[in-house]
Amino acid sequence: MTAPMLKIEGLRASYGAIEALKGVDVEIHEGEIVTLIGANGAGKSTLLMSMCGKPKPSAGRVIFEGRDITGMTTHHIMRLGIAQSPEGRRIFPRMTVLENLRMGAVVTDPAHFDQDLERAFTMFPRLKERQNQRGGTLSGGEQQMLAIARALMSRPRLLLLDEPSLGLAPIIVRQIFQVIREINAEQGMTVFLVEQNAFHALKLAHRAYVLAGGKVQMSGTSAELLGNEEVRAAYLEGGH
Amino acid sequence: MAVANSVVAPAAPLPPVLAALKDAVLVALVAMALTGPIVGLQTVDAGGRLTVDMRFTEVALGIVIVFFGRFGLALGERGLALPAYGVGALLMVAGFLLPWPAELLKVLAVAAGIALVVRGIAGQLKERRTQAVLRAPDEEDAKAERLRRLVTRGLGFAMLAAAVLLPMMPFANSYIMDTAIRVMTYMMLAWGLNIVVGLAGLLDLGYVAFYAVGAYTYSILSKDFGFGFWGALPIAGALAASFGILLGFPVLRLRGDYLAIVTLGFGEIIRIVLLNWTSFSGGPNGIGSIPRLTFFGYPFARRAPEGEVTFHQLFGLDFSPLHRAVFFFYLILVLALVVNFFTIRIRRLPVGRAWEALREDEIACRALGINPTNTKLTAFAIGAMFAGFAGSFFATTQSFVSPESFTFLESAMILAIVVLGGMGSQLGVALAAILIIGLTEAFRGLAEYRMLVFGLGMVMIMVWRPRGLLAHRDPTVLLHGRKSVLKKGAAA
Ligand SMILES: Nc1ncnc2c1ncn2[C@@H]1O[C@H](COP(=O)(O)OP(=O)(O)OP(=O)(O)O)[C@@H](O)[C@H]1O
Ligand SMILES: [Mg+2]
Repeated sequence: MTAPMLKIEGLRASYGAIEALKGVDVEIHEGEIVTLIGANGAGKSTLLMSMCGKPKPSAGRVIFEGRDITGMTTHHIMRLGIAQSPEGRRIFPRMTVLENLRMGAVVTDPAHFDQDLERAFTMFPRLKERQNQRGGTLSGGEQQMLAIARALMSRPRLLLLDEPSLGLAPIIVRQIFQVIREINAEQGMTVFLVEQNAFHALKLAHRAYVLAGGKVQMSGTSAELLGNEEVRAAYLEGGH
Repeated sequence: MAVANSVVAPAAPLPPVLAALKDAVLVALVAMALTGPIVGLQTVDAGGRLTVDMRFTEVALGIVIVFFGRFGLALGERGLALPAYGVGALLMVAGFLLPWPAELLKVLAVAAGIALVVRGIAGQLKERRTQAVLRAPDEEDAKAERLRRLVTRGLGFAMLAAAVLLPMMPFANSYIMDTAIRVMTYMMLAWGLNIVVGLAGLLDLGYVAFYAVGAYTYSILSKDFGFGFWGALPIAGALAASFGILLGFPVLRLRGDYLAIVTLGFGEIIRIVLLNWTSFSGGPNGIGSIPRLTFFGYPFARRAPEGEVTFHQLFGLDFSPLHRAVFFFYLILVLALVVNFFTIRIRRLPVGRAWEALREDEIACRALGINPTNTKLTAFAIGAMFAGFAGSFFATTQSFVSPESFTFLESAMILAIVVLGGMGSQLGVALAAILIIGLTEAFRGLAEYRMLVFGLGMVMIMVWRPRGLLAHRDPTVLLHGRKSVLKKGAAA
């Protein structure tokens, strides 16, 4: 097997005295969708942010495409081919949709902008309709579309998504997940997806990790985890 | 039954003009009840004995102003925008032309007129915008946006034209020109601070420090090293910018109120150093007889020093002290406009966009690959540089600098202009500078109560427009779809 695109080894990170990550190992291969599920406060967002430099890992290594990126500053890492749609979307509320997308493209050659914009608008026609509307006045679903589209504007090879389904109606969640599937299938984009919505996430992803108390509790293919009794009891009860 | 019915039945609504009139009469009555005893009675010292005098005309005129002010407001509230403008204009004209018995009444009339007009414009814009939102988004929104931009641009050009023509007006005496120079200096400073506070969202309470650095740099360079204004200007700007970076490095990781406190401290430190480092800055006595700016080598003097030609000789004019003021005014106008155009331009460049994005969400910016520290530092340095330029200008016009000119009050004043203008709006800042400096000037007669009135005015304006006069933010990228839709249509 080829070397993984992203390799996280024994990663530890703390907020002051609280250790949120206690030695996490994750591998992601090119072209995969990998999901990370876990309860509230398990450390999922922390893992995503820590591999991007903040909070700084206190131990362990992060290797991206063969390069050790542990401890680099976030803005530096985000220029290496990784893009992130952070928890809570964090679009710029006073800027228009178009400006938000422009901000997503700061690290790339401005010559691609028109082309990348067309691609984003084909992916999310809704954003095209709303292009001159201010981000803060978009609906939650539209904001999530914008957050993903904005992340893609930097032409990443690895896309990190933190809870894209947060607070969205099931039909919108399905739409968003469909787009993620298409990005992966058509553009070969590697996706690392953090989700609370375990059922949908496992349906979408190829492989999955379960995080609990800052440690990987379980990992395997999505099918394996979907069939696992423990996972069913802890994360799939209620059968979303 | 019939009787009860007629009691319950609502009275036929008054036509809007009458309703407004009724409203205005009521308010005027209240004003009369209040001002009668408070303003109308005046104790007079008549030969050692205190007697009470009536100030009848003043009270009557005050009530008339209140009446018209309220009438205009009420008209505006009832959707009669045009008549409201009319009343506003009437008040302004009356304020300027009538022989008022008290300066305050005149100011009141003019201010009420201005407030009516500004409010009318703002109300109409807001209505257009809400209407646009309620209508289908795309087409109509763009239309309202275009209209709004047209109005702002028109207003901007009108103000620019007024500024250019001002020195040629017959009423442009040296008091008017000095005030205009003051307004422009503050406008330039506020535009500079606007980059830091309005665009990048960094609350800087010590902006005056960079102004001081510019002023002292120019003073020392010109006095001790024989630099001319144009030679010293870039050095003063660069030095102020370096101070900005020096301050920025340690403090820019702080946020909001912490940053505000540290910058406040920095402003005070600079002032105290200037106050105490006597051998360098002259201490509390400051630096005097700083060479005044010449007209590209021709001094503005009645008589030329040995072997030189003065400005008025050069152009064959009679000597007038006004020449110098006019030249200074145009100079500060140009300097301020440089800051303005620079800001308009840089907002559309990656750095400028990053400033605004940073103000909205720093974490998102980092996630997009923006280096927050460098971005903030550039904002800080550029803002400081413009303050440095303004400081040099100040030193050469005053020909004297001392720490007293660089107190916290100055920082507060500049910040007030930025906030009042709407944090980021170039035109808003310009209007606010005129309003604030103009008003403090108009209320000069009130001596120490001036700041009280000023504070009250600020509070009132912030209640009325909590986000500043012009809070609208212009998008920096527009209407991409239109173009590509056309392209697609052509390709199909
Ligand atoms: N900025 C912070 N300062 C201090 N503690 C933090 C901070 N951010 C997160 N934590 C703590 O770290 C732990 C992990 O938080 P994290 O946000 O990674 O959880 P999560 O798995 O993403 O949860 P959720 O599904 O609710 O988003 C929690 O105990 C949380 O309280
Ligand atoms: Mg989280």
